[in-house]
Amino acid sequence: MTADVTPDTVPRLARGARLREDAARGRWVVMAPERMFVPDDTALEVLRLMDGTRSIAAIVDDLITRYEAPREEIAADVIGLVQDLAGRGLVSLT
Amino acid sequence: MNAAIEPPLGLLAELTHRCPLRCPYCSNPLELSRASAELDTATWARVMAEAAALGVLQVHLSGGEPTVRRDLPDIVRAASGAGLYTNLITAGVLLDAPRLAALVEAGLDHVQLSIQDTEAGSADRIGGLAGGHAKKHGAARLVREAGLPLTLNAVVHRQNLDRLPEMIDLALAFGAGRLEVAHVQYYGWALVNRDALLPTRAQLDAATATVERARAELRGRLVIDYVVPDYHAKRPKSCMGGWGRRVMAVSPTGKALPCHAAEGLPGFAFPNVRDTSLRDIWERSEAFARYRGTGWMPEPCQSCDRREQDWGGCRCQAFALTGDPAATDPACSLSPHHHLLDLAVQEAAAATDAFTYREIGRAPAEAG
Repeated sequence: MTADVTPDTVPRLARGARLREDAARGRWVVMAPERMFVPDDTALEVLRLMDGTRSIAAIVDDLITRYEAPREEIAADVIGLVQDLAGRGLVSLT
Repeated sequence: MNAAIEPPLGLLAELTHRCPLRCPYCSNPLELSRASAELDTATWARVMAEAAALGVLQVHLSGGEPTVRRDLPDIVRAASGAGLYTNLITAGVLLDAPRLAALVEAGLDHVQLSIQDTEAGSADRIGGLAGGHAKKHGAARLVREAGLPLTLNAVVHRQNLDRLPEMIDLALAFGAGRLEVAHVQYYGWALVNRDALLPTRAQLDAATATVERARAELRGRLVIDYVVPDYHAKRPKSCMGGWGRRVMAVSPTGKALPCHAAEGLPGFAFPNVRDTSLRDIWERSEAFARYRGTGWMPEPCQSCDRREQDWGGCRCQAFALTGDPAATDPACSLSPHHHLLDLAVQEAAAATDAFTYREIGRAPAEAG
């Protein structure tokens, strides 16, 4: 099942998935049933912005103020990441 | 030795050995402990805090049947409050709406529900509890109604493996996001019952094909975890992710173990969480250091390319089959004892389906 992600999609962490600091190892992790995902810096930024109200477009709006990159590039990265996380069951889409 | 010891990721908290089921492959030791010897609530709460401080991210609340403990919500609250991801491993026969609500309120993250079979008569015979299977349906519904993610755990063996397609259907019907198809591990109670449980090669091949088909068909709906069992494998599994590397287990009486079955190994004085901190146990105890890393390994492990993938396999299986816990796991085709596994498969094929059920205070003589 390929997740269809558009600028209007509102992603959120799936029920049972939790973003938390892993202080002992100096990183952040997404905990999920019987598995774990270690986001890179970009993924972590996106995960922190996923509050269940922000759309993909709103997340991109936020990132664009902090990254020196064209909107299309950032949007493509965010959509790719959200699709990947949704495919793994870590993120749900509304 | 390695300069720094990495902290564990997981804590397996075996809260009790008490259980309404009597499965003949139970992973608990043959000598089961009684309620009066169990750690109290405050000690478990301290263990959860120490585990989180040490670097543990996830706690598996197991048993026995963890829901027999009335203080389970307090233990979940302590674990969740310490920041641990909490996973309840249950047979589900004691779950009702108020109990589950209390666990959810305490911060429970995930439930893993076991089944013994899909056909009620067979499931109840395997679990040794009349009416047990029927209760799983209610338990699964409660978990899903509470909005918790659910994993279905199907322990498979000769007497139920042919119903794997039905197990997959049941996982879907229960609304599970994951299905663990767990082959019986043959030490402890399961070793006593090995002749009644070992699957045939033909059964295994059919099951593997079923899993591959279902994984393709159900992508995005159901994740299926499945590992080829040792007795039909060419290479051993990375048992516990390596001794003293990823997981600490704590027994109902407080013994800290590198593997929940390690109590059956000879020549160990396992530290106890009642009088030693988890950090001291993990970083300084002889028991956790003994088979950690690769320095302890005999040949053919010592010079093997895979020594940091499988970490020499399972110590409990090595002991059960060779008498030496430091031997190469006989599941490896490079082990001089590998033929023992084929022999066991042949013997099991000619044996009956009769079980020796698990029972507190009635340890059977060791098989093997």
